[in-house]
Amino acid sequence: MAATPPLIVVRDVVNRFGTQVVHDGVGFEVMPGEIFGIVGGSGSGKSVLLRTLLGLRHPDAGSVVIEGREVTAMDDRELREVKRRYGVTFQHGALFTSLTVAENITLPVAEALDLDEASLAQLVELRLRMVGLPLEAAAKHPAQLSGGMVKRVALARALALDPTILFLDEPTAGLDPIAASAFDELVLYLRDTLHLTIVMVTHDLDTLARTCDRVAVLVDRKVIVDTLEGIVANEHPWIRHYFHGGRGRALRALPENGRGA
Amino acid sequence: MGDAPALVRALGAARAAAPDSLRVEIAGTLDIGPSWLLRGLVTHLRGAGRQVELVGRVPEHLRFLDEIAARDVGMLPGPEQFTLADRFVAFGGALRQRVASWYEALVFGGRLLESAGTAWRSLKRLRVPSVVRHMHETGVQAIPVVAVIALLISVISAYIGAQQLRPFGAEIYTVDLVTIGVLRELGVLLTAIMVAGRTGSAFAAELGVMKLNDEVDALEAMGMNPYEVLVLPRVVALVLVMPLLTVVADFMGLAGGALLTNYLLDLPWSQFVMRLDSSIGDTTFWAGLVKAPVFGLLIALTGTLRGLQVRESSRELGRLTTVAVVQSIFLVIFADALFAIYFLEIDF
Repeated sequence: MAATPPLIVVRDVVNRFGTQVVHDGVGFEVMPGEIFGIVGGSGSGKSVLLRTLLGLRHPDAGSVVIEGREVTAMDDRELREVKRRYGVTFQHGALFTSLTVAENITLPVAEALDLDEASLAQLVELRLRMVGLPLEAAAKHPAQLSGGMVKRVALARALALDPTILFLDEPTAGLDPIAASAFDELVLYLRDTLHLTIVMVTHDLDTLARTCDRVAVLVDRKVIVDTLEGIVANEHPWIRHYFHGGRGRALRALPENGRGA
Repeated sequence: MGDAPALVRALGAARAAAPDSLRVEIAGTLDIGPSWLLRGLVTHLRGAGRQVELVGRVPEHLRFLDEIAARDVGMLPGPEQFTLADRFVAFGGALRQRVASWYEALVFGGRLLESAGTAWRSLKRLRVPSVVRHMHETGVQAIPVVAVIALLISVISAYIGAQQLRPFGAEIYTVDLVTIGVLRELGVLLTAIMVAGRTGSAFAAELGVMKLNDEVDALEAMGMNPYEVLVLPRVVALVLVMPLLTVVADFMGLAGGALLTNYLLDLPWSQFVMRLDSSIGDTTFWAGLVKAPVFGLLIALTGTLRGLQVRESSRELGRLTTVAVVQSIFLVIFADALFAIYFLEIDF
């Protein structure tokens, strides 16, 4: 892994809102094929960091380089081009409520490529199969779907343009443990078969333990990056509290847990 | 994924030529999407008994695609076909929806009456601060636009009236035309139409968004009555505000008439006022004003009812907001017609 160059390089990112500094020199690297978790307390700037990575927000200082291209120094047209290489899912799905599932999935494809109806329908079938949804869901509207299905459709839409990098914002939030663990399996499966690189913001300790190769913790406006074992062993009081508090129980059995890949 | 359209074209050509054997050489790397489309054609041709050979850089994820293709996840729903029976079903569905909508309106009216009853007995239940806020938003803030519209319309009607009456040397009747027209009909009707567009839509959109955010359910879950908290203050506010706006519109309408007759017919202000005094009867002003609260009630009821009917999607929100405006304008004009007939009968 040491020989391959990192896919995402974040260097000295500073984000400020007025006088409030959210990030003060945040930097890390994400390797190809890695599942990279981002955790942090409420208000620690996880979403701001994700928006910065996606090029939706311009950092006050520092740079973000993805696949050797500096996202933070691009004009709008270039950025739009590059964004097609990423898939993104949002915390609440952000499915278009007035479109059916099939239309939600074909929207980015039809926008980017000139394809006929039959091919689009085949691609809808592919994406639904990839995320493990029954094909009859294609004709439904988002309001008719369960929370777990919404997340899967959002993932199917994120995969629509065959991205190399997936950004997932709280992919398992609001799911019951069964649906959440099924989603974890799906993420691992897609990473292993498609060699995707996945960056996810999550609060779900089980998801972290099950899927993530490395974890970035946002504390004190900085970031601490390590493997999960390393993070869990970290002496920082907030991190200790986060992983060893009442809800960290699942992680105590960590060494015995299979962690995929 | 960018090579998908070219691939689809090449595959289409291959399918149309229907050769006995096909050799596909893959030169570059294929993403999942294009690989799936390629796989679709290959299985189609092989199913038809043809020879297909893949050479070159055969994507390794074909195995993954075979794997997911083997999963039994049902069929993609095809485009909907309409038979005669389906039309009957659709007609029945629409009819049922219409009936359900009437039923909802009935429930709405009942619950509103109930909360109006409680408010009648205890003023605290009326939520005066909320009423005042809505009066400000729907009334005070609407004054400029209502005033300008009333002025312009009365100027236009006075101008046309003066032109038509001049050949008969009856220009002075322009004053009668404008004053009676504005006081009886135009003032209140224009105000109602402006308010329907401005406030009826706002009511529907506000309540619709609250409905989509589960805020209405949240109120109900806290033991509060959404009709008392959301609907009644809006209805009361609009019923109170409409007559006041109508007075503004009437005044501006008369001012517009005076302005134009002064400018076009050289009619002095004093004479305009004298003519105005003799042309209108005791009831002319009241015949317009008495309709205002009724129109306000119709607009507020339509807007809030449609807002509360929003469910599921943002498209529904847009549709019902439009419905609220169109229906409230329709109801206002319909009610105006009834008033006209009634006033004629009782000689008001």
